[in-house]
Amino acid sequence: MTDGPATPATDGPVTKLATPIRIEYEYTAGLAQSRFLKGIAEGKFLGQRCPACGKVYVPPRGSCPTDGVATTDEVQLGNTGTVTTYCVVNVPFQGQSIEIPYICAQILLDGANIAFMGLIQEIPTDQIRMGMRVEAVWVDKDQLGLSMASVKYFRPNGEPDAPYESFQEYL
Amino acid sequence: MADSEVLRAPHVLEYPYLRSVGPVIGAFLTGLRDGHILGARSQSPDGAPTVIVPPTEYDPTTGRDVGELVEVGPSGVVTTWAWASAPRKDQPLDRPFAWALVRLDGADTAMLHAVDAGAPGAMASGMRVTARWRAPGERVGRLLDIECFVPEAAAP
Repeated sequence: MTDGPATPATDGPVTKLATPIRIEYEYTAGLAQSRFLKGIAEGKFLGQRCPACGKVYVPPRGSCPTDGVATTDEVQLGNTGTVTTYCVVNVPFQGQSIEIPYICAQILLDGANIAFMGLIQEIPTDQIRMGMRVEAVWVDKDQLGLSMASVKYFRPNGEPDAPYESFQEYL
Repeated sequence: MADSEVLRAPHVLEYPYLRSVGPVIGAFLTGLRDGHILGARSQSPDGAPTVIVPPTEYDPTTGRDVGELVEVGPSGVVTTWAWASAPRKDQPLDRPFAWALVRLDGADTAMLHAVDAGAPGAMASGMRVTARWRAPGERVGRLLDIECFVPEAAAP
């Protein structure tokens, strides 16, 4: 019944029907992610360390999935990291906000034990490679906010590539 | 850290589907836009003629192709119903109403729609209802081109 906004068809046969589905949530970030986002709003990456295995998770979820214990020690990570793997996006889709082609990469921040996804810019797409060293580029200080939109993208920082052995565990 | 320091934010998921409706549903929707309710001729497993509304491309009982489309309604019988006392956003009516299965005159199946009856006491299985159409200029080829059904006794 929720056939929503109408498809204009004032004459001729009706061939299409708009059936949008919309779900409205209020997302609660939880303690760990709230700390992380408040760090982002100050232009820094905050992770949390597992007291049992010592691994540092970023963004933190508040517990270690391996040991099942709370991660209480906060760790500030650097602004640089290593591309562990990547994908060049060539396919347009509805709602796309970045001009194609662009690079989506898994980035292992220095000091972290898990990679997260980030956009890579300021490099031709055919030059991206595993092990590339990158740095975060933030929005201007007065634009920083409680979301990952505060990080504009990552770009090569000019350091020599990290050896494969240094990130092979994180693929 | 106090609970008040936990961040909350709206999070909206929306899938803007645009479906291709095919020849049968397409004809049904075109009919609604033009002020007619169409059903599909078919046959029950024992060969008796039936009319399926809304029409499907295949008979759901036998799996066979359906035949020509025929006009049904615009009035019919409520076969069963449920009262919606607190209508939600985007539901057919903004006041309490009944969800009802309506078997239109000339049809052998019932169709889900809203009945604007005012109060649950005005609803009964077996009652007759008739379609309240949107104005021709507001109809675009969707089920809500019929705004709702109303009790036949109350119809103008």
